[in-house]
Amino acid sequence: MNLSLLILLPFLTSLALLVCKGDKPVRLVAAAGSFLQVGACVVLLCLYWKERASGNTAEMLFQNDPVWYAPLGIHYHTGVDGISVAMLLLTSLIVFAGVLVSWNLKMLSKEFFFLLLLLSAGAYGFFVSLDLFTMFFFLEMAVIPKFLLIGIWGSSTATSKEYAATKLVLMLMGGSALVFVGLAGIYFQAGAGRGMHSFDLLQIARMNIPVETQKWIFPFIFIGFGVFAALFPFHTWVPDGHSSAPTAASMFLAGISMKLGGYGCLRVATYLLPAAAHYYSGVIVLLSAIAILYGAFATMMQTDLKYINAYSSVSHCGFVLLGIGMLTQTSINGAVLQMVSHGLMTALFFACIGMIYDRTHTRAVAKLGGLLKMMPFLSTAFVLAGLCSLGLPGLSGFVAELTVFMGSWQRVDAFYRWATIAACGSIVVTAVYILRAVGQTIMGGGGSAVRDQAGALKDAAWNERLAIAILVIGIVVIGVAPFWLNGLIAPAGESIMLRVVGAAH
Amino acid sequence: MPKDFFALMKGELLVGLLIIVLLFLKIGNKQRSNETLLRLINGLLLFNLAAGFFCIRPGNLFGNSFQTDPLRILEKNMLSLGTLIISLQAYDWLRQHKHVVEFYILLLSTLLGMFFMISAGNLLLFFVGLELSTIPLAALVNFDLDKKPSSEAAIKFILSSAFSSGLLLFGISMLYGTTGTIEFAILPQRLDGDPLQLFSMILVLTGFAFKISVVPFHLWTADVYEGAPVAVTSYLSVVSKAAILFVLTPVLYTVFKSPGDTWVPILFLLSILTIIVGNLFALRQQNMKRFLAFSSISQMGFILIGIGGQSAEGRSAVIYFLLIYIFSNLGAFGVVALMSARAGRERIDDYKGFYKSHPALSWVLAISLFSLAGIPPTAGFFGKFFLLLAGAGKAHYWLIALAALNMVISLYYYLRIVKAMFMDESREPVEKMRTGMPAKIALTVCVGGILVTGLASGAYQYMHSLIAR
Repeated sequence: MNLSLLILLPFLTSLALLVCKGDKPVRLVAAAGSFLQVGACVVLLCLYWKERASGNTAEMLFQNDPVWYAPLGIHYHTGVDGISVAMLLLTSLIVFAGVLVSWNLKMLSKEFFFLLLLLSAGAYGFFVSLDLFTMFFFLEMAVIPKFLLIGIWGSSTATSKEYAATKLVLMLMGGSALVFVGLAGIYFQAGAGRGMHSFDLLQIARMNIPVETQKWIFPFIFIGFGVFAALFPFHTWVPDGHSSAPTAASMFLAGISMKLGGYGCLRVATYLLPAAAHYYSGVIVLLSAIAILYGAFATMMQTDLKYINAYSSVSHCGFVLLGIGMLTQTSINGAVLQMVSHGLMTALFFACIGMIYDRTHTRAVAKLGGLLKMMPFLSTAFVLAGLCSLGLPGLSGFVAELTVFMGSWQRVDAFYRWATIAACGSIVVTAVYILRAVGQTIMGGGGSAVRDQAGALKDAAWNERLAIAILVIGIVVIGVAPFWLNGLIAPAGESIMLRVVGAAH
Repeated sequence: MPKDFFALMKGELLVGLLIIVLLFLKIGNKQRSNETLLRLINGLLLFNLAAGFFCIRPGNLFGNSFQTDPLRILEKNMLSLGTLIISLQAYDWLRQHKHVVEFYILLLSTLLGMFFMISAGNLLLFFVGLELSTIPLAALVNFDLDKKPSSEAAIKFILSSAFSSGLLLFGISMLYGTTGTIEFAILPQRLDGDPLQLFSMILVLTGFAFKISVVPFHLWTADVYEGAPVAVTSYLSVVSKAAILFVLTPVLYTVFKSPGDTWVPILFLLSILTIIVGNLFALRQQNMKRFLAFSSISQMGFILIGIGGQSAEGRSAVIYFLLIYIFSNLGAFGVVALMSARAGRERIDDYKGFYKSHPALSWVLAISLFSLAGIPPTAGFFGKFFLLLAGAGKAHYWLIALAALNMVISLYYYLRIVKAMFMDESREPVEKMRTGMPAKIALTVCVGGILVTGLASGAYQYMHSLIAR
């Protein structure tokens, strides 16, 4: 399968949008385009299984490697392994769900879907790239549309939406500036002495970069991608950005954008610079343990539903970085599982919050209450998202977090043990804030905002039901049958681990 | 007369011929409307650009003082392209102007000077070309005849150019005194590290730095840009700077190759200063032209980083970036020119709510600004990336890190305008402007260039193949 198809699809869809007139054709085209993306990703998954079943053990499948900028050794190299396939599938599901929940958008709908699809093109490109230049290109491409999405369609909360949009974009671009310095370092240092410079991920992996060099490049790349993944203390864009963004953009931001960072930390930082990953392991674990606990306690204090989910995203994405920092086979698997699980869960959460906000015009927990009676479907989905977030067995969150913990426990030093215990402790805090928020929102007698418009509160419409269903199915399938997803990502995690273990000796 | 005379000098001859044609148009007694004249002149400029792509061959004339090869012809074509785009954008402004033909005579004289400068094989012809390209520009800066700031800008411009030319000439004379030659080809062999030679090199560098407004020699820039008519401002910031850089790079790379260890650190220091100062001043500007002036100062800093790479990749990155810079900066200036000519507004606040009234123009300005900021998928991303990558080849990673973080600062002020256009409400919105055909064509070319030059690698590879040869 030609992977460029995955990038072309959203591109062509967004171009098709430009010629559409009126709201109805625009959303039909957007829905059709994003549905085709889901289809393409499912086909990719089937083909991938088939290749693997037929005994193809190559590290990356469906590779395609045309030259882009020959004098600089830049290729448009694409290929996927299990981790990328999982991330691609996640992206397509969230984008499709995002289009569905924005169905009734009235203001500038053409521009909205155009930017949303452009974002998704960036995400797809990032996940299929095997060339650092192309990867960086798509990483930055997935940033600027967010500025417009938040600034134009967002809602001002505690901070104004323009402030949130600017902060988000500047912090993310600052992160990618750091990534750039790291990439330039890799480019010139990896081929040093042989006169051949390359951005190619697989080629660089074969050239061994001296340990001292790795040590100064690694912080640039890890912190750079870490900004995307809400690495403490670079997480401050998350609460403002997430809570000001329109629903679909929040879903994309928390569901996919933060995963770009996690994927980059894993694929570029850990895979290419394994010796440095060992060296900095303790620092990463410390920072992510802080992020987990700090995020959880900060969430306790929030009263706005979107802020609650935004801060809890900081905490949950901490598990991704914790898994990567622990550097064991199981913990890395857990990190990827957590990326997929958190992506689906948080998208579902934001979708539900968006729907509640559309109806009640408030997101303050204190003003809500008793929604379960009026909107059973929507409220049930909301509860499910909450339960997934706090790690109830049977849903995806439990599987992912447990895998991270089990992987972490394999590190026997006291420091890592304590970090793991501290991270486990956050689950209790999570249960407190989730149950409190969900309970107050959907049960009880009904808050002031609900009483004001009791008659106008309708349950989810068909498009919203479909979006919710897709995300819920994802969560439940991963929760009940985690071995499918695990079977997909474990071999890829293993090949990363091989390099890490190799570098340790 | 050498037998290849016409073939080798065709670019210069054609521009010279155009100037003579315009002179005859002026002194002829037939009255023509401005529209007809402008259409005719734009047609001629288009012909000039097209003719540049034919009959490309290397050769020397007049005892090596005039040299041409495919790379120089490419550079001249880029200048012709920039001139054509600016001319199309100036249509709305020149329609009501009394002295259309004079404007073009002066403009083409500067272009001719740049052509000679690029083709110069010795310091003398280079200096003559430089002066020919500078002095008519001062008259052009003064072309808003009834506006005082315009005259003020012209005075500032002529004074600072005279000063910088003096420095340059002083440096050239000392270089001649210590080496006994003015030939670019012979100079490198005669340079032996004599302190006087290094001093003359610094003087020459300073002269160049003045012309491309590198900090700390940038003080004239903002005032001149603000006072001059928009068309002249865009010409100053794009075409004239590009021409100087086309000469500066080979001079540093070939003539001053041996004292490279001296000028590379100087250049890096200047570049980072230029970027930071340009950025800090751009942050607070309220006038669109001043804003673009400071943004162009900071862009020059990035170009200097590429030159500092001192490699074939660095030189190709500079030329490639300049091509992109022509498209992006002229795209931005095109919209500013329209606003200035049709609505008479030049402040950033005037762009509030611009998207509601002019969606297409807003996208053009936004795409151009994104390209200036270096955001993919616009070409500016590729240009900046290659410049910084070339600079990183010298292993000054702290410098690259500083420059990369400065890109974030620059993004902030570019986003200010995007925010004004797309998100802010205006109390006194701009009335719907009609965009004339020439401006439409120019803006389409700019946006097309921005979108295509990066994604398609052809332009860069062609430049690299010419340089690496």
